[in-house]
Amino acid sequence: MSGNAWLAAAILFWIAAWAVNAAIARSSLARTRGARIVVPVLFGLAVLVLWEGLVRGFAIDTVILPAPSVIWATIRANLPTLWMDFVQTILKGGLSGYVIGCSAAVLAAILVDRVPFLEKGLLPIGNFVAALPIVGIAPVMVMWFGFGWQSKAAVVVVMVFFPVLVNAIAGLKASDRMQRDLMATWGADYRQTLFKLRLPAAMPFIFNGLKIATTLALIGAIVAEFFGSPTFGMGFRIQTAVGQLALPMVWAQIAVAAVAGSAFYGLVAFIERRVTFWHPSQRGRG
Amino acid sequence: MSRFVPVVIVLTGIVVLWYGAAIALNAKWTYDQAERAGRSVGLAELVADTMAQERPVLPAPHQIAAVLWDSTAGQKVTSKKSLVYHGWVTMQATLTGFALGTLIGVAMAMGIVRYRVLDMSLMPWAIISQTVPIVAIAPMIVVLSNKIGLGEAVGMENRLVSKAIIAAYLSYFPVLVGMIKGLRSPEQAQLDLLTTYNATEAQAFRKLRLPASVPYLFASLKVAIAAALVGAIVGELPTGAIEGLGARMLVASQFGQPMMMWAALFAAAVLAGILILVVGQVQQVVDRRMGARP
Repeated sequence: MSGNAWLAAAILFWIAAWAVNAAIARSSLARTRGARIVVPVLFGLAVLVLWEGLVRGFAIDTVILPAPSVIWATIRANLPTLWMDFVQTILKGGLSGYVIGCSAAVLAAILVDRVPFLEKGLLPIGNFVAALPIVGIAPVMVMWFGFGWQSKAAVVVVMVFFPVLVNAIAGLKASDRMQRDLMATWGADYRQTLFKLRLPAAMPFIFNGLKIATTLALIGAIVAEFFGSPTFGMGFRIQTAVGQLALPMVWAQIAVAAVAGSAFYGLVAFIERRVTFWHPSQRGRG
Repeated sequence: MSRFVPVVIVLTGIVVLWYGAAIALNAKWTYDQAERAGRSVGLAELVADTMAQERPVLPAPHQIAAVLWDSTAGQKVTSKKSLVYHGWVTMQATLTGFALGTLIGVAMAMGIVRYRVLDMSLMPWAIISQTVPIVAIAPMIVVLSNKIGLGEAVGMENRLVSKAIIAAYLSYFPVLVGMIKGLRSPEQAQLDLLTTYNATEAQAFRKLRLPASVPYLFASLKVAIAAALVGAIVGELPTGAIEGLGARMLVASQFGQPMMMWAALFAAAVLAGILILVVGQVQQVVDRRMGARP
């Protein structure tokens, strides 16, 4: 097909997809579960087709913007490299840091909750630190822990700690007086109250923090690689590929990062739904 | 003020812990030096030395304070050594991105609240956009805006544009979420009242929905400005920037200058604090103008 044909086809597809979406949104189907999946998927598909059409129609150089089909071909041709980078950055750097940081934050929250003095003093500080650009700690961590994945995990630990801490402390307050009194009348000790009432009641808050932390973890792991890394890893690959103007490779990494990020978030959201099924925001979702 | 005393005590505790950690972490270097010189170090000497190393593993707080003071008050503001100058560069990108992100966030929220199609098709992608680690995109945006001369087109520096786009990408989302909540916050009874007044949709928007959304907007603006600063700093890393706090960190890390690194890190923290304070002040002024009673 010629450039103009591509362009016309892409724009036609866009209009058609939009019309279908508008029709679904207006119809009685709008509230069904299927519509809630079909509409955004169709929208995303339309964006991809439009992108492909524009790139082909205007013959845009791959150095500026590669077409989705080119990116897909790059992904398929470089699977081992992408997998190696994924393991290094996401699994070793991001995930291990995430697990350590989040568990440390929840434990710290329980400790802080037990000591009212600490809570009064630490909570305002924690709130403030959570708003700081903690990514800046990356060069320090690379200096301390070397170029390997350990320094990336350390950055992630620090980054996820404060948002989870603040949310977990707020969550431990979520059970109300009546409920705690009830536990007391049953003769429950601190440990029983904690595990049977207060921690479950805190879960919606904790998961809120955990979801925020997923994005932070990936950002931390990738940013830390800019300050020094072995010769693989997503941050390293992106940096070198940009240097060589190998843009399809950069986009392939972005695609992997996007899928990994969404999957990570989706996984946490899925666990949340299982754990906090009783919460009003989760009810009535099938 | 019941919080004041505990906060001060906890802060003091952190500083004391920090000094302890500085001694422990820097001791190795002191011992190595002493061993090489063939003498032993006493405790007093050890403490004094670990507080005054040129390239410490962990600098003592007063060392950082000294470097911060030297690189802000001790230099001319326009000097390349001045952190005020670098902070200014980063702040420009932060504020440009923040303004852009706020604009996009508010516009998208208006569209999503008004049109069901937009809500259904755009909202899931807005959420997905935030699960993509932006840093992966940062170098791309830099190359792209350099290639097509985006900066010249809007009359700004290219480097600033790419940083601002990244800052906007991170800051639009909190605004979007907050504004959607805010614009939907008026109750049905209030909307019905306006209908009985025969108000048009535009009037209902201006006189009811918009004022109702202001508290939500400011709550998310505070999150957004912090996110914009992170975006601006991250945007400086892969761009080969030589100016700005992020660039300062990168250069310091490459040339093995830990003091410079720590100074830039603290300058970024101070900048974040100032920006959040400013948004808080603006909120108070707006609240007062709108007749809110404390």
